[in-house]
Amino acid sequence: MTEPAQNRYADGIDEQIVLDHVTAQEYEIILKELGRAPNLVELGIFSVMWSEHCSYKSSRLHLAKFPTTGERVIYGPGENAGVVDIGDGQAAVFKMESHNHPSFIEPYQGAATGVGGILRDVFTMGARPIALMNALRFGDPSHPKTRQLVSGVSAGIGGYGNCVGVPTVGGETNFDKGYNQNILVNAMAVGLADSDKIFTAAAREPGFPVLYVGAKTGRDGIHGATMASAEFGEGSEEKRPTVQVGDPFTEKKLIEACLELMAEDAISSIQDMGAAGLTSSSVEMASSGGLGIELDLDHVPQREANMSAYEMMLSESQERMLIIVKPGREHVAERIFHKWDLDVAVIGQTAEHGRLVLRHKGEVVCDLPLDPIGENAPKYDRPSYPAEARASIKAKDLRAPDDLGKVLLQLMGSPDMASKKWIWSQYDRHVMADTAASSESPCDAAIVRIHGTDKALAITTDCTPRYCLADPFEGGKQAVAEAWRNLTAAGADPIAITDCLNFGNPERPEIMGQFVGCVEGMAEACRALSFPVVSGNVSLYNETEGRAIPPTPAVGAVGLIPDIAQRAGYGCMEAGDVVLVIGDTAGALGASLYLRLFENREDGAPPPVDLAVEKRNGDFVRGQIRAGRLKAVHDLSDGGLAGAAADMALASRCGIKFAHTGKTPAFAWYFGEDQARYLIACTAEAAEQIRAEAKSAGVPVQIAGLAGGPEISVNGAHAVSLDALREAHEGWMPRMMAGEPDAVAAE
Amino acid sequence: MKTAVIVYPGSNCDRDAAMAIERVTGTAPAMIWHGESALPDDLDFIMVPGGFSYGDYLRSGAIAGRSPITADLVKRAEAGTPILGVCNGFQILTETGLLPGTLMRNSGLRFICDRVKLTVESADTAFTRGYERGQELIIPVAHHDGNFFADDETLDRIEGEGQVVFRYVDNPNGSARNIAGVTNAKGNVLGMMPHPERAVDLTHGGTDGLALFESILGKVTA
Repeated sequence: MTEPAQNRYADGIDEQIVLDHVTAQEYEIILKELGRAPNLVELGIFSVMWSEHCSYKSSRLHLAKFPTTGERVIYGPGENAGVVDIGDGQAAVFKMESHNHPSFIEPYQGAATGVGGILRDVFTMGARPIALMNALRFGDPSHPKTRQLVSGVSAGIGGYGNCVGVPTVGGETNFDKGYNQNILVNAMAVGLADSDKIFTAAAREPGFPVLYVGAKTGRDGIHGATMASAEFGEGSEEKRPTVQVGDPFTEKKLIEACLELMAEDAISSIQDMGAAGLTSSSVEMASSGGLGIELDLDHVPQREANMSAYEMMLSESQERMLIIVKPGREHVAERIFHKWDLDVAVIGQTAEHGRLVLRHKGEVVCDLPLDPIGENAPKYDRPSYPAEARASIKAKDLRAPDDLGKVLLQLMGSPDMASKKWIWSQYDRHVMADTAASSESPCDAAIVRIHGTDKALAITTDCTPRYCLADPFEGGKQAVAEAWRNLTAAGADPIAITDCLNFGNPERPEIMGQFVGCVEGMAEACRALSFPVVSGNVSLYNETEGRAIPPTPAVGAVGLIPDIAQRAGYGCMEAGDVVLVIGDTAGALGASLYLRLFENREDGAPPPVDLAVEKRNGDFVRGQIRAGRLKAVHDLSDGGLAGAAADMALASRCGIKFAHTGKTPAFAWYFGEDQARYLIACTAEAAEQIRAEAKSAGVPVQIAGLAGGPEISVNGAHAVSLDALREAHEGWMPRMMAGEPDAVAAE
Repeated sequence: MKTAVIVYPGSNCDRDAAMAIERVTGTAPAMIWHGESALPDDLDFIMVPGGFSYGDYLRSGAIAGRSPITADLVKRAEAGTPILGVCNGFQILTETGLLPGTLMRNSGLRFICDRVKLTVESADTAFTRGYERGQELIIPVAHHDGNFFADDETLDRIEGEGQVVFRYVDNPNGSARNIAGVTNAKGNVLGMMPHPERAVDLTHGGTDGLALFESILGKVTA
């Protein structure tokens, strides 16, 4: 029954070495596919290509549920980044990606190389990167590692983005004890390309030269993809050598050199070397083109002496690309890369045979058929349990606070709501001179002008993990809906999303249940809002010793503002303006910030998301923005009406006198997180027009208050001054980072 | 007007500089690669843009200060051609010795990107004649090494000679005597950490930098 050991294992390989690379079950598949035992180089290649990070083996079945097409979609998932048409022959190219595991182990380099990697995904397609975003989740502010991680991650993101000269225009940061052992660092890049000059990875013809360009290959990041596909346990700090080291100066040169080469008629196809480096880039290029590839590793530019074939194939050294050029055009690439002081070397050619053949020191060290590595990688339908439904929370069962103003003050100084200026002040938000709105701006999305035009892109990242934990399906819907709402509130037509699906260990059915629920919720929202998924990334095993992160399907979304003069924000409310709420307020407090801060409870069903209402209300608000009736507009999300009002009042330096009527208890009306709502401010005359139009459009509108004065109050009481709010909002994070006890104990 | 912007490997405000110049002159500047041995003849203005020339390796501006094109830049400065260095350009100009002082790591040790308030200390320079003395401007900064330092004797001298052109109202980086921008003794070379080219267009949130370009590019004759 058992085969003789010498047939099961190649020379120098034993069972333990095999299990360090793949599972026993996967090894059986390899033996069957090859009809022989793989050598160490080949085993290493299977190990990284079949890692969760590269193969999406647990998630692929479910990702197929996303809508990925639409009239603006040029390239959806499957390429390095999504590509959407933004008119006038131009395209926006974007993607979001995680660098969670490396950032926890080595925060500066982990975050920096996350930025570098996502930039390469975008310029590989022929786009000049024009904006960076990030979505960060850290542990409890009082956790001993949190401050060091915040400090390292923000310095790393800034250190890389600032140097390459792409503005970091926005993002979001949450603190939650659920991320104590597994922080999330999700970076998004957006680029601009001509829609008829998009470059892709698939090899087109056999016999074309394969060029290696960029930085030299070293021993850093070996098995990074495998590390990112496992839980953390004891000794995860020992994994530091698997973290790559970034060099943004080389990246900047690489961007310029690649874009220069792309303007010449030389490139056939191009792929960056990201996770699993030379292995995944060469395999992906060849297999997506239905061809084979032959590389001579002696020609690979090497940073260190005596590197083995195994090390070269598994290194994740940064700032490298693989380019298949048209025969006879090698010299064009050589001229340009030499000008930029970058390595360039012909290391092989494409071939008809559908195999990956590697030579090193005159010997064939790998000869594998490509199909089993890539297209036929294992695909798992992992068992999942749906999350248990939670009861909804009724405001009448909660005690009403005496002073809503005090509650608002505490809310605005809480870790989720407080200003993150400490972080984003380290990011160059203005380089490229086209930033119209960024983290510093009173706007629900970042806004970046399309260079030389009056058009602009609006960009946002969103996710509310506490909703996803409470109800993965509704939480998934909400993440997409909030992104759509933020783009709308900035005056944009939402186009498409990218995503970064961060979850725990998929081998646990309850985690798989969270994943499936979130994906299905997101897919439903994307369909209802005509908001397709064009790119994305999955990060699983964000788990330490059996404790998983809250499910965090981060959404990165892009919209188009046809005329930048019609962008909207919430910083221009003036005394005398009428303040209105668009959308219905039922006072939803389940899984709300209010409940967490003042009842110390995290239970309850999250606010339901009615996608038809979301669309109707959003389309109405966008119409009012374009009609020029709104002085200020802000979406309602975390902290509800009160949170949005505080943002608007602080940015506008103008208070609000709210009047509350109706049956909903005042605190639920003030802090409830019902969806599909916007806070707007306009003149009394415009308010009349808006109410009339809303009535015929079937959109609920409530006059909520009047702008003016130095404070925010409700029914003449519950006042809190803007000065106090500003101090609470802006003061928390600097105090937290200085380790002041009241700030670190805030959570 | 004949203008040029120098491009070093790692420069990243070169396009922004070119846009600001073109906005005022109507003509795009020549973009000169650092490896060239000479700048074009008869230049009326040269800009050394911001960024991270040579990745800030060794020390900000140190390698660019010794780059092939820089030798000709120094000659032009000595011949009186107006030269503006912004951010990394300022760091490079101090490395060449054209400008006094040096730029150290920010006192807060972190990179800082913000809109800062400056006062115009001298409206008598070719770069600032479009402003009034004492005028307050809002101009963005974005740097890690913007902490201007010189010994007291040098500081006394440059203040006495009217070489201090801009000061910070709220010093963001620890700069000696709140200095944000200085000229050489002759007044034809200006270095400043804030980015006037990021404040020339309403989309930027302000246009306080425009008058600087208008001044030096001959649109202000006051």
